[in-house]
Amino acid sequence: MPSLKDLKNRIASVKATQKITKAMQMVAAAKLRKAQEAAEAARPYAERMNAVMANISAGVQGQDNAPKLMAGTGRDDRHLLVVMTAERGLCGGFNSSIARLAREKANSLKAAGKDVKILCVGKKGFDALKSQFSDIIIDVVDMREVKQVAFDNADSVGKRLIEMFDEGAFDVCTVFYSEFKSVISQIPTAQQIIPVEMKEQVEELDVVQYEYEPDEEQILQDLLPRNISMQVFRGLLENAASEQGARMSAMDNATRNAGEMIDKLTISYNRQRQAQITKELIEIISGAEAL
Amino acid sequence: MAEAFTFELVSPEKLVFSGDATEVMVPGTEGYFTVMKDHAPFMTTVKPGVVEAKLDTGEEMKVFVRGGLADVSAKGFTLLAELAKPVSDIDSDFINEEIKTAEDDLNYAIEDKKLSMEEKLNQLKDVKVQLGF
Repeated sequence: MPSLKDLKNRIASVKATQKITKAMQMVAAAKLRKAQEAAEAARPYAERMNAVMANISAGVQGQDNAPKLMAGTGRDDRHLLVVMTAERGLCGGFNSSIARLAREKANSLKAAGKDVKILCVGKKGFDALKSQFSDIIIDVVDMREVKQVAFDNADSVGKRLIEMFDEGAFDVCTVFYSEFKSVISQIPTAQQIIPVEMKEQVEELDVVQYEYEPDEEQILQDLLPRNISMQVFRGLLENAASEQGARMSAMDNATRNAGEMIDKLTISYNRQRQAQITKELIEIISGAEAL
Repeated sequence: MAEAFTFELVSPEKLVFSGDATEVMVPGTEGYFTVMKDHAPFMTTVKPGVVEAKLDTGEEMKVFVRGGLADVSAKGFTLLAELAKPVSDIDSDFINEEIKTAEDDLNYAIEDKKLSMEEKLNQLKDVKVQLGF
């Protein structure tokens, strides 16, 4: 049975913890708003980019000289998995669920006899994967210094991917990130970015006859790398929003749990104090009776 | 006054400008061109440089863009820029930084991409002169 003093100390410490989790929750909420705004601001660009890509690629698709970034190398033996996670923990299952998805994918590819390489963006993913895959992780991109994801951050990753692809280091590239649905729901997602997966464009595209300058192929050559960077950027933005959302709900839970714990501890503290008082009274009364 | 058309300048980070303009001059890869109302559908890549737009309101807007894609259609003119920054926010440090990045890119580029990278670098140097830094 803990003494009264012990209980008091514990209550104080849980209260301090609760204050911290509460503060973290509020910080996450503020950051989430920012991250969501950033994700929304990026949408117009992505949409127009998609429209233009669909427009041009429709003309080029199926041709023998289609750019490799679009058509692929014709093989799928070597895979590169880009695992994007947060730099910090304390955000519930956010990092581990992305890492789990990547691990499953890596294992199934390995089992199928493919060559797998992993590029980690963000430290937490590396921490989760290094025990099992230390030999195939080629690098970790450090995002610790980055407060607000800028396009340049994504662009440097995108450029690197393209460089590696040009050197023939891999055939297929898949990015892993968490898609932001809502504060309580983030869905770990795997998306193939090289070769580009063209979404089925159901609606009729406006069949405007464009004049191209330089020709379509060259524009596409220019556009495809940009699109890769854009996809990475989108992943990073979704991730940023998801991370804050996950942290917010995790910290909300933690705060609530701390509250419950404080209630329980307070009850046992009060009981024990009462027991002590009763004990002392009995001692006094029996002492008086004995006289 | 010339008739206005819809002009949108979009960067990955945000919608920089959306509104009516009467005249927009853009640094296309094959040379500068100006878009006015009822321009024929036209698509081209854009090199680093300064976009000058005359707005419907009579104001003039100057924005530095770092590469991108121009899409002129019947609906209007959309410029997808990799980076867009108003000229008033630009100082010599920024341009020097851009030039340095371009030089680094050039050094690491594989052979068949060197040419376009070099063009980009030269273009940035031109912009520097043009802006008077």
